[in-house]
Amino acid sequence: MYRIKTKRTLTPNVKLFEVEAPDIARKAKPGQFVILRVHEKGERIPITIADADADGGAVTIVFAKVGKTSLLLGELEEGEEILDFLGPLGNPIDVEDYGTILLVGGGVMVGALYYQARALREAGNEVVAVVGARSSDHLIYVDEMKDVSDELHVATDDGSEGYEGLDFLRDLLSERKFDRVFTIGPTSLQKEVSEMTRPYGIPTTVNLFPVMVDGMGMCGACRVTVGGETKFACVDGPDFDGHKVDFDELISRMRYYNPQEKIAMVLCEGEGS
Amino acid sequence: MAAGKPQVEMPKQPPEERIHNFDEVAQGYTEDMAVGEALRCLACPNPQCVKGCPVDIDIPAFVKLVKEKKFNEAIRKIKEKNALPAICGRVCPQENQCQKLCVLGIRGEPIAIGRIERFAADWEMEHGADNPNPPEKTGGRVAVVGAGPAGLTVAAELAKLGHEVEMFEALHTAGGVLMYGIPQFRLPKEIVQAEVGYVKSFGVELHLNAMIGKLHTVSELFADGFDAVFIGSGAGLPRFLHLPGENLKGVYSANEFLIRTNLMKAYRFPEYDTPITVGDVVAVIGAGNVAMDSARSALRLGAKKVYIIYRRSREEMPARHEEAENAEEEGIDFRLLTNPVRFIGDDRGYMRQVECIRMSLGEPDDSGRRRPIPIEDSEFRIDVDTVVIAIGQTPNPIIQQTTEGLDTTRWNTIVVDEETGRTSIEGVYAGGDVVSGTATVISAMGAGKKAAKAIHEYIMKKG
Repeated sequence: MYRIKTKRTLTPNVKLFEVEAPDIARKAKPGQFVILRVHEKGERIPITIADADADGGAVTIVFAKVGKTSLLLGELEEGEEILDFLGPLGNPIDVEDYGTILLVGGGVMVGALYYQARALREAGNEVVAVVGARSSDHLIYVDEMKDVSDELHVATDDGSEGYEGLDFLRDLLSERKFDRVFTIGPTSLQKEVSEMTRPYGIPTTVNLFPVMVDGMGMCGACRVTVGGETKFACVDGPDFDGHKVDFDELISRMRYYNPQEKIAMVLCEGEGS
Repeated sequence: MAAGKPQVEMPKQPPEERIHNFDEVAQGYTEDMAVGEALRCLACPNPQCVKGCPVDIDIPAFVKLVKEKKFNEAIRKIKEKNALPAICGRVCPQENQCQKLCVLGIRGEPIAIGRIERFAADWEMEHGADNPNPPEKTGGRVAVVGAGPAGLTVAAELAKLGHEVEMFEALHTAGGVLMYGIPQFRLPKEIVQAEVGYVKSFGVELHLNAMIGKLHTVSELFADGFDAVFIGSGAGLPRFLHLPGENLKGVYSANEFLIRTNLMKAYRFPEYDTPITVGDVVAVIGAGNVAMDSARSALRLGAKKVYIIYRRSREEMPARHEEAENAEEEGIDFRLLTNPVRFIGDDRGYMRQVECIRMSLGEPDDSGRRRPIPIEDSEFRIDVDTVVIAIGQTPNPIIQQTTEGLDTTRWNTIVVDEETGRTSIEGVYAGGDVVSGTATVISAMGAGKKAAKAIHEYIMKKG
């Protein structure tokens, strides 16, 4: 069992936990994820690690309510325990001094972007970061991101704060030279960013989170076509060269269980009310 | 004379009933049946059966005890050598091991050793087990990586000898393939957990959600004070066909299909949270035990029609005869000498048809089986909603990648000395599917026994 040391509500739909998991905290690196389960009949879901405090023995996760498991997870309170918490899984991103880098994160994954940004900046990079969300009230981690970037841009889908949409990135990419791009967030955003950087040939690292079950290479549910080859996001990734990923296939595969997820969610919310 | 009688049949759920539930198909002997079957044993002065048992169970002795209705003594006798008898009694391929060598088999049917073993183990579960006496401690500490058949065996053997054993299991439950792979209707998970409990009763400490290679490396385990490490991480990586359309929605690896069904209990969705989707028509590619398990699970999950598609003929099928027979009884449609060439989806990316080609058999290949050769222009299509690819697994590479100096083959299996399980690193032993590729539960247990003996000797010598 893994105790929740701290719980914070970042937006009505997004929560942050610091979870007591000293062994994982010692080993975790940016880009890796955990698999967790909240009850005996529960499913295993992957969540990207948003920070790890080796001294404090805690791993930070930031998650949104998107299905039954994340709903139940979000209902846990400080001091309560998560049943299963496995990690750190997947490969970390390559943290080195690239020069000037552009980081683009969206939605709940900005938490994980922060973890990457801090490490990349400590490695000597000049960090230009973009954080996005649906609207201003869904933005998270803006202040934290300011602390670990040399330049921060905010964008929202509806323009309620910062730029409206990601179109401004085209100008940024044409005006400035970036040595490397990292993006994390909704798959559609990662696809869009990869398409924007492609003409400039800037190496672009994406961080994918397809459907997973075991998260350790056993099931193959998370297979992704990268450069014409089938890769497992859990053990070969989750970071990949965004210019080689077949995003349309990935987006299609990610929707496979939508009907079942809706059933589970409706039943679960029904019980709660 | 008694020996001329056929085997006592074991009751089974009738096919038309069992295809609608996940309850165990084979229901086990009653006391009378077990005694009746044991009475057929000739008690040979020079018993052959024992030679076929990878874990050296004293078969004539336990069969004799069952004959005498000394069931508790019988199970104690089995457990001297085998910590997982209720599992072995169900899933061992006895027909190729102990029973193959039974002299009764020359003229008639061999003794049903597996069924009697299962009876004795189930009898104990029903009547309560004797708690093993705690052994004297040796001071030795052993880390066992993976709580599948090999790891559980090593842990039990070494704990019995007085070593302090800690098991590290990456999944959220112990049992390995016994939990995630073999379906409930062949091996109830309650049985697996009971036998895991027996192993733990020797004082073995079990760490779940602990993936060695990621959470701790093998060298860190030594730094933590372990004297030896046993790697039994299995063959968990699914093989794919690398055919067009393999990533369509509705194409599963057998591993995913079975993990969802068995480990996560998707057959009880939405009571359990993990979903699985099975269309009306399912095609399982391959004809091993895993393929049979997948096909039979698909039926129970509601498929109306299930095919087994296999490129060779019945004779070359790697599945146990009994499993193929069960599948056939249940109405699985075997399409032999047939190989898929591509999967065809609809415009929304869902699996719709599998295109196959007919095969003929040529000369034997490296495996000794006749090589399948495609027959030109014989392609045809089958309408299918769900595909399960069951063509084998390879070892999980994570420990190999994170353990410096560990010799592996090009198939990523760990190189060991066969008699001891010793690897290229001092104090590190390995066994089971991570060494042999995909094999059987009992062969993994046999390897575990050998390794346990070698680890014991190593630790005692090291002092």
